[in-house]
Amino acid sequence: MSTLFDILASAGLWAAVLRIATPLILGTLGALLSERAGVLHLGIEGIMTFGAMIGWLAVYNGADLWTGFLVAALAGAAFGVLHAMLTVTLGLSQHVAGLGVTLFASSFSYYVFRMLVPVAGTPPTITPFQPLDIPGLTSLPFFGPAFFAQTAPTYLAIIAALLLGLVLFRTPLGLAIRMTGENPHAAESQGINPVAIRYGAVIAGSALMGMAGAFLTLSAFNSFFPTMVQGRGWICIALVVFSSWRPGRALLGALLFAFFDGVQLRLQPALNGIVPYQLFLMIPYLLSIAALAIMARRARVPQALMQPYRRGER
Amino acid sequence: MTTPLLEISGVSKRFGANLANDDISLDLAKGEIVALLGENGAGKTTLMSILFGHYVPDAGTVSIDGAALPAGKPRAAIRAGIGMVHQHFALAPNLTVLENVMTGIEPLWAFASRTARARAKLEALSARFGLKVDPDARLGDLSVGEQQRVEILKALYNDTRILVLDEPTAVLTRTEAEHLFTTLKGMARQGLSLIFISHKLDEVMATADRIVVLRGGRKVAERRASETSKAELAELMVGRTVTRPVRAPSTPGAIVLEAAAVTLRLDGVDRLKAVDFRLSAGEVLGIIGVSGNGQAELARLLSGTARPSSGDLLLFGKPMGDPGVAGLVASGIGRVPEDRNKEGAIGDMAVWENAVLERLPRFSRHGLVDRKAGMAFAQEIIARFDVRGGGPATRIRLLSGGNMQKLILGRNLIDRPHILIAAQPARGLDEGAVASVHERILEARKAGTAVLLISEDLEEVMALADRIQAIVGGRLSPPVSAELADARMLGLMMAGEWSAETGAAHAS
Amino acid sequence: MRLERREHRPLALVIATPVVAVLAALALSGILIALAGAPVLEAYRRILIGAFGSRLSTTETLTRAAPLMLTGLAAAVAFRARLWNIGAEGQLYLGAITVAAASSHLLGGLPSAVQIPLLLILGAMAGMVLLILPLWLRLRFQVDEVVTTLLLNFVALLFVSMLIDTVLKDPTAFGWPQSQSVADAAMLPKLLARSRLHIGILIAMALAVIIHLVQSRTVFGLQSRAAGLNPAGAVFAGVPLGATLVKVACISGGLAGLAGAVEVMGVKSYVTTDLSPGYGYSGIVVAMLAGLHPLGVVLAALFTAIMFVGADGMSRSMGIPSYIADVTVALSLLTMLVALFFTQYRIRR
Repeated sequence: MSTLFDILASAGLWAAVLRIATPLILGTLGALLSERAGVLHLGIEGIMTFGAMIGWLAVYNGADLWTGFLVAALAGAAFGVLHAMLTVTLGLSQHVAGLGVTLFASSFSYYVFRMLVPVAGTPPTITPFQPLDIPGLTSLPFFGPAFFAQTAPTYLAIIAALLLGLVLFRTPLGLAIRMTGENPHAAESQGINPVAIRYGAVIAGSALMGMAGAFLTLSAFNSFFPTMVQGRGWICIALVVFSSWRPGRALLGALLFAFFDGVQLRLQPALNGIVPYQLFLMIPYLLSIAALAIMARRARVPQALMQPYRRGER
Repeated sequence: MTTPLLEISGVSKRFGANLANDDISLDLAKGEIVALLGENGAGKTTLMSILFGHYVPDAGTVSIDGAALPAGKPRAAIRAGIGMVHQHFALAPNLTVLENVMTGIEPLWAFASRTARARAKLEALSARFGLKVDPDARLGDLSVGEQQRVEILKALYNDTRILVLDEPTAVLTRTEAEHLFTTLKGMARQGLSLIFISHKLDEVMATADRIVVLRGGRKVAERRASETSKAELAELMVGRTVTRPVRAPSTPGAIVLEAAAVTLRLDGVDRLKAVDFRLSAGEVLGIIGVSGNGQAELARLLSGTARPSSGDLLLFGKPMGDPGVAGLVASGIGRVPEDRNKEGAIGDMAVWENAVLERLPRFSRHGLVDRKAGMAFAQEIIARFDVRGGGPATRIRLLSGGNMQKLILGRNLIDRPHILIAAQPARGLDEGAVASVHERILEARKAGTAVLLISEDLEEVMALADRIQAIVGGRLSPPVSAELADARMLGLMMAGEWSAETGAAHAS
Repeated sequence: MRLERREHRPLALVIATPVVAVLAALALSGILIALAGAPVLEAYRRILIGAFGSRLSTTETLTRAAPLMLTGLAAAVAFRARLWNIGAEGQLYLGAITVAAASSHLLGGLPSAVQIPLLLILGAMAGMVLLILPLWLRLRFQVDEVVTTLLLNFVALLFVSMLIDTVLKDPTAFGWPQSQSVADAAMLPKLLARSRLHIGILIAMALAVIIHLVQSRTVFGLQSRAAGLNPAGAVFAGVPLGATLVKVACISGGLAGLAGAVEVMGVKSYVTTDLSPGYGYSGIVVAMLAGLHPLGVVLAALFTAIMFVGADGMSRSMGIPSYIADVTVALSLLTMLVALFFTQYRIRR
């Protein structure tokens, strides 16, 4: 028990929670935006992988960190165009198309990485984002190191969540996106172009996914290795359901999730030898499944999610 | 003569081999109500979609105040003051009333929605036209009538001058419909111009100033309401005299199906509340009501896909138990579902597969499907019930609605069932197909089948049923004999107003 | 320009679709090969040589095709009933570890004729178990099984990793996390001497035929197809939706579990966490390329195996990352989707 208390009382835990949450926040927002417009985006896992790779690669080749971040976002957007062409223009099964995008984006990442970075004993590294020093806050006892010793993208992710909430619920554009996800025919009859809205949402969402991946290689770690995304994309998809498609709750969900993950990471050494570490590593995935089971029936799913829209066809 | 407010001239539109609109012209003056009358497939909806910019016409123009509207631009139509009330509401149940109305009215990239202003405008409109709604209610929580009010308000919101209503009464009770007509006439008096799409003659005669009749994509006639009659309109609309079959007198036999205080509770809501009915061999019992009042649940109960939560359901005098679909079908119950495409058929499967799917025990041995027997069965249905448009191996999706319904009826009636549960059997069919479905049902009745007809069409029920019960909010009225029922009385019953006076006194 | 749904799809078109898709995918990967600075046609020639150039490479390709056929069948059977089983990878691992555990601890002493069938059944059952949970969640709570099966892949892999790190760890493996080996009597008979080719491919092909017959001839086949095409219509016609999906899940999960069992009993004899180079995920591509047809799966699996084995050889000789195979296979899924679209619709004007 005392171990658990020690963990909760350590500033390091809370710092880790924010760090672990960041890619989940960005990825969940991306998937949420896309789903709000009616497009399930299972390309997320692959786009995160590609974002992680290409962002890192840019920086490794001399770009600065923010350029790397931007490159990852643009690459994500490019895959978004692909996903939108498949699911919006052609109206293909969103499940299968998304998996296809994931398979392609991740294998393409590995291919490009292997092609451009020679095999080495230890993977090459870059200098990642450093924690920001926020005057007056970072120096606070406990709260400083716990909550105000993050790298810039973490703050960006939190701001993005608030911003997306405002856009979705306080602007005409947000209403148009939500209407398209609920009833694209109604949206069109009110002068909105559902195809354009879906394209926009999928592309912007994919850019967020690319950034989520880039955070892994540019801030959380300093190198790229295959399979590093480790199902985080799928966890984001589960978090979207958990959040009932609301950005604020997505932020809270990601933090809650990261909290459990942070605690288990710190419990691991304490229980080493007693409990196999793999059991701890399973927790995030099992938590996601539990969250889905609890929330799936309660959540108000966008009514047109996964329904292709064709003009004049009901 | 002054320029009409709206002028549609020479509009044609072709879909593949089908000429949906053929050189149609129409005009509309300020404060006028014009009805667009025609059967399903006459081209009404296509014409309105062109007016609204959803389709680009192959030829012809739409002008407002003498200025041509650009084709295929919904936004231009909205800006010109055209508002549309769709038959299938174009609304989002998860959004609020205000959000539904506000969608698309502000520039997409505006920094923030001006909710307060929109709310004030909505409330003003709602007061002006007597369309009361709560702007903050979630749309999905409203009744169908309220949702239609939202749909109308939405159409009026953009300083609308021309309001198009597509089959607006399809989902309303008679009382609600009458209220709607009063509202529409009030709107016209305030200077609004209305186009009213319908295939119901009563409504058209009661509301419109002028009536334009479409048939097969062409405009066949234009009449002032004061100078025509229902009989003339009916003939113009159908193009020939279709006589629906008439019920011959018969003596009902033994009671085959009986419900006593049956309640069905789904997801914590009582969908059917202590309903009673008795169905005898050789009679048609009509269950009339506006859809959404428990018909679907009643049909599920009798189709073997739900069990009563309480009460007794007796089949041939014995408790029905839980026979499942296969058991019911095997014991001689035929079922025609409410929604052909959703439940009645599996579109991408062959006609023969659709014919045998619900009676697989008969068409299989040791778990293997007897394809040959299934094909023969389907062939027999096709021949006996005049199913056109394909053979046993054709995917059923390729059949027309009427032919699909013939197949569904056929697979049930070919074995002379003891009971037929028919839910909305003629919904969405054209006049010819309706007549053929009705004929089949009356044939079955003559052959001794007990028919439970669930319908929202007064005419249909009055033509076919021997006795009639109304369904409202999950309750069934006592039965009235068809001879004693008239449209007014049934209308009241459908609105839930039955009492000793209507019910018990006339119960047969 | 408008799209119109095609009313009939001629057989030639059905067969041509995957061929065109594969060619398109190869053309697209050709761009990537060119970007890596290698002659494209030469690279493809070397892929073919790598896959069929020698007795060794040919048998390797066929060996590799066996698990792909099984995971491809797993996906095809499930997808046809609209059960989105994306969890074949996890089911494969669970099947594999079950076989390793059972043979090394329990059944190792039994003669081959008894042990092999028992192990295959156990492996299949392990795969079934892992798919029943997400199906239950779907039927009970309406949870989308795509996400749950994906997540369970990670859980299954960690579970296997835990076992081969602890109770099932091979003490003679110099500390490498590797399971104990199955008994010699558990190894599947070889098809060809001096090769790794074992009878797994025959098992997979036989199963493809059986599944084809089940789908086209039996009541269950008709019902599961109905359940996939139109669940509401199926329920109305009396198809027991839940029971049908459970059966489908058993077959699908069982096939994926079997893939793991066959891989251990045919090739590796033990389990590591890199037993499968993504067979479960490739199975999805195989199934889609096959148009979800069981017999098509055999051919699609062969194509996929050629790409993987051939690219290994080509990569060694030309210095192009062997990931090009994964890229091509993934691309062929996308091109197949597009090709399918154009066979279902035709363009008018």
